[in-house]
Amino acid sequence: MWRWFHKLGSPKWFYAISGRWIPWFAVTALVLLVLGTVWALMFAPPDYQQGNSYRIIYIHVPAAFLAQSGYVLMAVAGAIGLIWKMKLADVVAKCCAPIGASFTFLALVTGAVWGKPTWGAWWVWDARLTSMLVLLFLYLGVVALQSAFTDRNQAARASALLSLVGLVNIPIIKYSVEWWNTLHQPASLTLTEKPTMPAEMWVPLLIMVAGFYCFFAVVLMMRTRVELLDRERRTGWVKEIINDKRTGKA
Amino acid sequence: MTARVDTVTAKTARVGIFMGMVRRDMTAAFRHPSDLVNPLIFFVVVVSLFPLAVSPESDFLREIAPGVLWVSALLATLLSLDMLFQSDFQDGTLEQMVLSPQPLYSSILAKVMTHWLLSGLPLTLLSPLLALMLFLPANGTQALMLTLLLGTPVLSFIGAIGSALTVGLRKTGLLLSLLVLPLYIPVLIFASGAVQAAAAGLPIAGHLALLGAMLALAVVLAPLAIASALRISLSG
Repeated sequence: MWRWFHKLGSPKWFYAISGRWIPWFAVTALVLLVLGTVWALMFAPPDYQQGNSYRIIYIHVPAAFLAQSGYVLMAVAGAIGLIWKMKLADVVAKCCAPIGASFTFLALVTGAVWGKPTWGAWWVWDARLTSMLVLLFLYLGVVALQSAFTDRNQAARASALLSLVGLVNIPIIKYSVEWWNTLHQPASLTLTEKPTMPAEMWVPLLIMVAGFYCFFAVVLMMRTRVELLDRERRTGWVKEIINDKRTGKA
Repeated sequence: MTARVDTVTAKTARVGIFMGMVRRDMTAAFRHPSDLVNPLIFFVVVVSLFPLAVSPESDFLREIAPGVLWVSALLATLLSLDMLFQSDFQDGTLEQMVLSPQPLYSSILAKVMTHWLLSGLPLTLLSPLLALMLFLPANGTQALMLTLLLGTPVLSFIGAIGSALTVGLRKTGLLLSLLVLPLYIPVLIFASGAVQAAAAGLPIAGHLALLGAMLALAVVLAPLAIASALRISLSG
């Protein structure tokens, strides 16, 4: 276990192994996303209240899942970087931030598109929407702090600390927003969520969630590889790769 | 026996250093009175913009007063964060503070407490005047002062984390607000909620308890984050 952990810290090893993993994850993501989309849009039954407009959950829910797990991953990677000074963890934390922010944005946009036919408004100050918006702000703060430092090491440690502070705050923000909302307006606009969603509806949703996770993994690995090459460009193994490419092409 | 005496003297020395730091920061701050007064003037100016921009109707102002007063207090606190670590960073005091055998936790506690004494407390004392100008009823004003008393120290603690993270950077103002404002949201929600509830004649004990819980959490956890943030900023 520990050996594996130490190996994972080596950029060279990660570069090699992720190069082998990316095709597998990419194919899985593609298959799952195509299967899930076709099933969701063509074969899943329409909702008895919302008709066909509910189908956007097949994008909205996975995006919201990833927005949250992306933040947790960023904070955990940041903590690993802070504690064990692992270079790879710093890079992963840095690469997580823009991807997670994009998924948060996607969740907000699809939520707005869904809100228009369902609630009659693009935006409602609903507890969940508001906490997603705050999550986006937290992501943007980490990205801004990341780019404010010239020293990479310092940038990594400062933004890791900020994302950990954010992680402690996320439950507080979530509950305070929920209580604020219930204090002001009783649940007049919250979507009537049926706990008994039929299987024809939630199975494609599950497939989409899995597909989104695979897609996230692919994008994260690709970004991490690029960042690693840039950071390690003076080391032997990167020069070797460049030479191999050159001679291979020539 | 001697060991015990040693710990006792160490404790009194620690308290002495704590009080010494508070006194030093106070003295330094009072040498530049404008730095202390400017956030307060800002508070007053921002609050008085709302009647001009929206409506001078007393019913309407009474309704928006809790939110307006709290948002303005929050922004004024944000602007006062500069005086926390900036000058100490520039003249090297901060480095000495981190290097000294005195636990960083208590030094940070002293600094944040001083910051609150010089920013949050004056804001609290000034707030009844502005509440009067926005026609907030008397029980609302009382709640406003109570929530400011409990909430502004939390703002100082959270703000100090952001301030410590950005202390070594140029042009920190906008970045600092990006980092800190989302973290201020829970305090804002419960504090202005309490004032609204009080103005409507509802009990506010629950809101105050939650604000107190946040303060307790901030006193315990925030100095740890501030300490490591300072170490990161000084390592560059």
